[in-house]
Amino acid sequence: MILIGLGYGCKGGAATAALASDAAKRVYVAPGEKDEVYAFLSGGFSGQMSVYGIPSTRLFKIIPVFSVFPENGYGYDEETKNMLRTTNGYVPWDDSHHIEASMTDGKQDGRWLFMNANNSPRLARIDLRSFETKEIIEIPNSAGNHASPFATENTEYLMAATRFSVPIPQASVPIENFSKGDFKGTVSMVKVDPKSGRLSIELQILVPGFDYDLSHCGKGKSHDWCFFTSYNSEQAYKMIEVGASKNDKDYILAFNWVRAKQCLDQGKASNFGGEYYRNYLPENQPAISEKLSGVKMLQPKDCPGVMYYMPTPKSPHGTDVDPTGEYIVGGGKLATVIPVHSFSKLMDVKDKPEHRSGMIMDIPILKYESTLAGEVKKPCLGPLHTEFDGKGYAYTSCFVSSEVVKWELGTWEVEQHLPAYYSVGHLSIVGGSSKDPYGKYLIALNKITKDRYLPVGMELPQSAQLYDISGGKAELLSDFPTVGEPHYSQMIPAKLLMDKAAKIYPLEENKHPYAIKNEKDARVVREGNTVRVYMTQIRSHFKPDTIEVRSGDTVFFHVTNLEQDFDIPHGFAVGGAPEMPNLLIMPGQTRTFKWKAPKPGIYPFYCTDFCSALHQEMQQYIRVLP
Amino acid sequence: MQELLLKKISKMNRLLILGVGLLLLSVYFLPIWHIALDAPQYPEGLGMKIWIDKITGSSTYDLQNINLLNHYIGMHEIVSESVPELLFMPYVLGFLIFGAFVTFLHPKVYMVILGILNIIILGILGMYDFWRWEYNYGHNLNPDAPIVVPGMAYQPPLLGCKEMLNITACSFPSWGGIILFVSLGILIWVIWDEKRRIDVSS
Repeated sequence: MILIGLGYGCKGGAATAALASDAAKRVYVAPGEKDEVYAFLSGGFSGQMSVYGIPSTRLFKIIPVFSVFPENGYGYDEETKNMLRTTNGYVPWDDSHHIEASMTDGKQDGRWLFMNANNSPRLARIDLRSFETKEIIEIPNSAGNHASPFATENTEYLMAATRFSVPIPQASVPIENFSKGDFKGTVSMVKVDPKSGRLSIELQILVPGFDYDLSHCGKGKSHDWCFFTSYNSEQAYKMIEVGASKNDKDYILAFNWVRAKQCLDQGKASNFGGEYYRNYLPENQPAISEKLSGVKMLQPKDCPGVMYYMPTPKSPHGTDVDPTGEYIVGGGKLATVIPVHSFSKLMDVKDKPEHRSGMIMDIPILKYESTLAGEVKKPCLGPLHTEFDGKGYAYTSCFVSSEVVKWELGTWEVEQHLPAYYSVGHLSIVGGSSKDPYGKYLIALNKITKDRYLPVGMELPQSAQLYDISGGKAELLSDFPTVGEPHYSQMIPAKLLMDKAAKIYPLEENKHPYAIKNEKDARVVREGNTVRVYMTQIRSHFKPDTIEVRSGDTVFFHVTNLEQDFDIPHGFAVGGAPEMPNLLIMPGQTRTFKWKAPKPGIYPFYCTDFCSALHQEMQQYIRVLP
Repeated sequence: MQELLLKKISKMNRLLILGVGLLLLSVYFLPIWHIALDAPQYPEGLGMKIWIDKITGSSTYDLQNINLLNHYIGMHEIVSESVPELLFMPYVLGFLIFGAFVTFLHPKVYMVILGILNIIILGILGMYDFWRWEYNYGHNLNPDAPIVVPGMAYQPPLLGCKEMLNITACSFPSWGGIILFVSLGILIWVIWDEKRRIDVSS
């Protein structure tokens, strides 16, 4: 009956399904012209981030973050392999979900992007000058870093909450103890140094053992707060699909991070265990990998006013804060309404006992109606995520009915249904999660493609769809396949980034311990059974160009690209090297290839990145002596 | 004629000469000549600047990149150190400036004419020298170069634009050169003005 009712509510989808008649013109970016917007899409199970141009939807780059990338040697070479170190050892893959752009005063500032890894709880910082991953920090006392990395208004902190509650600290307890409260979650406050962007874990808060799913932080009047959805408040541990879908309402956790910091400063947090790695890649030097141990852990009972639960129907997934900071929109995966909480109401009622319905671990549960601003009735099936256009409208993605619904803040009236092909998860508007949306383009990030593209076997590409939302009615412009599952995205106006992009690494600033700045210094140095080759590359040759080593030697090729010209990277690969893929060395950069000299013979090495007219001649030999 | 040569120049023209001397000082800090290279594979352009005492790229790494391009055709590497003229050019300019100051203190028309002759002679010598360097760079190519196009020389134009393979090379005076031309123009104007004064008074 509900399905039929909602089906009726969703009518109108077909009417707006037609592609805008001049869509081709509106996405066409002529040769030599540049796109208006950068779209950064996380790659889901690919572990990477990809960069597209909008409106053309052309793929520009894949930025390796949590997964190794043989194309350029990320995660393999001596400089970057430490980036993937964790307390579980070297973890060469992850599941990357959410992208957050750094902000100043709630507006995108074009300095960094942050992305989470769900599987081995980690969080990465990507520099927006070089479009490279510069830092990865592991989140201790966490299992599944899903509600992450959502930033406060001035990027003071990134939030990271655990998806899978587990015993904290880890212990082998009977799994049925989940429902006895032996499992816990944590919310982590990761501090971002405002100058360098360096990350550090400042505080963790121990929270009840639910599954913390998504987050967004407040802005303006709600500056001090972040909001986290949680599901499985039932604390089911078997057939969670059913067990965690019983309660009519789960919770949005309202968390006052300013208060938490206050309690930390007042000494209310205690020393707690937890080991974690922090891996930092200084410009043109090998990654510095530090193993750190211990965090400050705060118990909500020791810090009254730090957290409140707002009941939200039904297994809420997304929690999104509108540009004014007043409305907190919940997306209940199984809900038939889109509930919107009011920040002002939350402030009014949070400490009044008559508005409470209970406590969990000393966290007050407020009454649903007490903080409710309104509900969007029968919007669609499976509302998930909401972004804002800055003009008073909200756009919510709906997984089950596979559409994007446009509705008005305040009246809670649905304005338009936009079909999506197929099964949209997150959606993204340019600047749509910030205080200042650019509000022209929306992309729907789809999980499944089915028959949109030529079939290529069982696995089809995931896809995204581009809509123009600048006019009264949103219009579908195009769709495009993506690299991995496009889990979430940040879109940033091109003018904020394009002129800052680095073109080269200045050679004179190269502080790599094994860099050489000119060909005269090229040499081979033997240290026992280790051989260090100080090598240069320039169009179109290597120095030294012929090398002799002995079978069984450990050979380090420290290769410096002497070029100082935009877009002249050189490649480096050794014939048949079993453990080492290609290296791409940027102009002015030094990277190191470690090679175990195999059985005697002649082994070629060559430049793999077509660099010049004589690229094919950029090849030489290593002789391996017995 | 003798009357003109020995004439004491007017107060205003005397100040103009001083101005020329001061203006010429700026040539120490400005490039004299500019050669721009344009090619499809260099959409942002490549260029080089010739200063009174050095040769540089138009932007930080242009000279290195021009040399990298040139090495395919076996052209000698362009570096300031290989052009000894750059060592004494600052003194030549100093001589012209010194002349302007002397003329200011000894303001006779013949001094101005000497200055004009100096600039013209030094200018012609300088341009000839520049052409000679261009000729040598463009013609004295390494016979072992990877790319040898029979009959091809790579001499950039002295003034104006020229196509070389797919590169358009344009050579024009830069601010320092323009100032030299302007200085010459001012001096000629001073002579003309002094002659006019004689004609009016007679």
